Amino acid sequence: MIGMAGVMVRRNLIVIYMCLELMLNAANLALISFSRFSAERFGPEAAMEGQILVFFIITVAAAEVAVGLALIVALYRSRQTTNVNELSEMRF
Amino acid sequence: MNWIILLTPLAAAVLIALLTHPHKRLSVAVSISACFISFISTLMLVFDLGALPLGSFTWVNLPEQSLIIEIGAMNDPLAHMMLLVVTGVGLCIHFFAYGYMKEDPGLSRFFAKLSLFMFSMLGIVLANNLVMMFIFWELVGVSSYFLIGFWFQRPSAAEASKKAFIVNRVGDFGFLLGILGVWWMFQSVDFTVLSGKVDAMQEGSGASQNLINWMVFGLFMGCMGKSAMVPLHVWLPDAMEGPTPVSALIHAATMVAAGVYMLCRIFFILELAPSTMEIIAWIGIGTALMAALIATQQNDIKKILAYSTLSQLGYMVAAVGIGAVVASMFHLTTHAFFKALLFLGAGSVIHALHHEQDMWKMGGLKSKMPVTFWTFLIGTAALAGVPVITSGFWSKEEILIAAWHDHKGVFVIGLITAGLTAFYMTRLFLVAFLGKERSDVVAGAHESPMVMKLPLILLAILAIIAGWKFIGIANFIDPGFDPNHEDGFIVLILSIVMLIIGVGGALGLYWNKDKDPISLSAFANKFYFDEIYHLTIVRGQNAWAKALDWVDQWVIGAVFVRGLSEFCGMAGGLLRLIQGGNLQAYVFIFVLGVLFVCYWILFRAPGGL
Repeated sequence: MIGMAGVMVRRNLIVIYMCLELMLNAANLALISFSRFSAERFGPEAAMEGQILVFFIITVAAAEVAVGLALIVALYRSRQTTNVNELSEMRF
Repeated sequence: MNWIILLTPLAAAVLIALLTHPHKRLSVAVSISACFISFISTLMLVFDLGALPLGSFTWVNLPEQSLIIEIGAMNDPLAHMMLLVVTGVGLCIHFFAYGYMKEDPGLSRFFAKLSLFMFSMLGIVLANNLVMMFIFWELVGVSSYFLIGFWFQRPSAAEASKKAFIVNRVGDFGFLLGILGVWWMFQSVDFTVLSGKVDAMQEGSGASQNLINWMVFGLFMGCMGKSAMVPLHVWLPDAMEGPTPVSALIHAATMVAAGVYMLCRIFFILELAPSTMEIIAWIGIGTALMAALIATQQNDIKKILAYSTLSQLGYMVAAVGIGAVVASMFHLTTHAFFKALLFLGAGSVIHALHHEQDMWKMGGLKSKMPVTFWTFLIGTAALAGVPVITSGFWSKEEILIAAWHDHKGVFVIGLITAGLTAFYMTRLFLVAFLGKERSDVVAGAHESPMVMKLPLILLAILAIIAGWKFIGIANFIDPGFDPNHEDGFIVLILSIVMLIIGVGGALGLYWNKDKDPISLSAFANKFYFDEIYHLTIVRGQNAWAKALDWVDQWVIGAVFVRGLSEFCGMAGGLLRLIQGGNLQAYVFIFVLGVLFVCYWILFRAPGGL
């Protein structure tokens, strides 16, 4: 929830980005804890799905961070700003 | 293969159009020599002077549908006769046309079109199957369109050419349906094959008589268009807007005869439908009478000749309708000679009077144009049917005798028409050539040059001798034809009486008159055919077109085309408002969407909570 609020409220692109990462990690935490519940209820095999998904998310998030930060750096170089309200040339 | 007859005029037309058209005299020479070569090869073919037989090749071959269309040639007396008429009269008219059109800037174009016409007409004559005939039929229609509209700068000529083309289209539609009917019924379009199949059919007939009647009527509609029978006759008088040699060649001697020729060619099919034959006879003789009546009140020299052409074509069609094919072809041949002669004579007068066509402004031409005067007199005599010496008499007599034997109604009307013919031709001759000079242009008139006189003299000789028995044109068409009839004498006396009444009446009424003593508005206005067509067909068509225009504009244009585009535009405009450029707003909407999806999956979807 903190992550989502950050995405919605903040104007700085880097902060929005960090909030996105927060949401991903929150999702990871939730998955881990739910897999723990599943293991208690249905046996250890049931915990596997959640944990595998967490590893996937970590991998994808790492790739996404690399790409996203590169984009932000490129954007900053050309515009000298990371404020999203000033980056609105694409609207109609 | 001896396709020279057919292909030289085409080659000439192409040559003129592509290469020689800047050189007028050269183009004329090309066209005339092409016609001459056609004429010589026709002579060689007809009189068997070492001409090779015409070969044929298969053009379309669909054995499963039993559709085999050849490009081939008929080689029988009917085709030979017609070939001689077309090339012979055509040659005379080519020469005359050079004299008549010498000053025209479009001389090369004119002769190219003339050659194109010769090609198409010879194609009709040679065609050995209905499809090939139809193709050339359309080509003739197109070249007729070109030639009527030759002076396309004049709106009336352009209108007339369109009218001719469109009215012919109506007839051609019927013709096409007729051809389809024939193919459907007999599985063939070849004349020779068809003839055999028809013979076989008469023994054990299986097809419905109704269908045959309609099929034959469809074929006859083609003839009605091309040969200008009522009610499709309206184009022919208007076609006189074309140059006079064109009127002589196309609208008197050859093209309009194509319809009659076609009827003679498919006569064996016509015989299957006696009731349609009856209709054909009545339409033919009705046209003959009506056109003769109209001709008595026309003042334009070419219009009179046009209506007399209609009238004579009516005779020929009626003759086919009562089964007298040989008489019909005989009359076609002699008519081609004397009507071409009359038109060329009229052309000579019009040329001398600087394109004055109103006969009430002529008069006193005897001493000024002696050759034209005498040849026109011969043509008039032949058309009126002066006994024994003229060809028109013999051929008309054959038709009347046949009608006397087979169909009394046609005979009576035919006889009246013969009297009317004598009347209006005498009227024309008296007013246009005799009497005193009624306008200034006559004073400056002079005889036409040799190139125009020679065809007149040649055609005048033909117009006289073509009917004589020892020339034997009728026997040429059908060797078994016997020109001696037992009842011939009564018919002879009756038609001479009618001739005397007609000529006498005209002499009494029109001798030395300066204006028309009688005035019958129904005749002068051509029985209001154009007005009736205007009121019914043209108006109806316009109303229909307007209704369709409304549908196009408001249903298709407004609802489907503009409606769709406006809808997309408006939807786009609405959606555009969402894209405000504010990232937070996007995210907010996105989150709302996610919340909605969560709500849906959890509480609404089947299997949810």
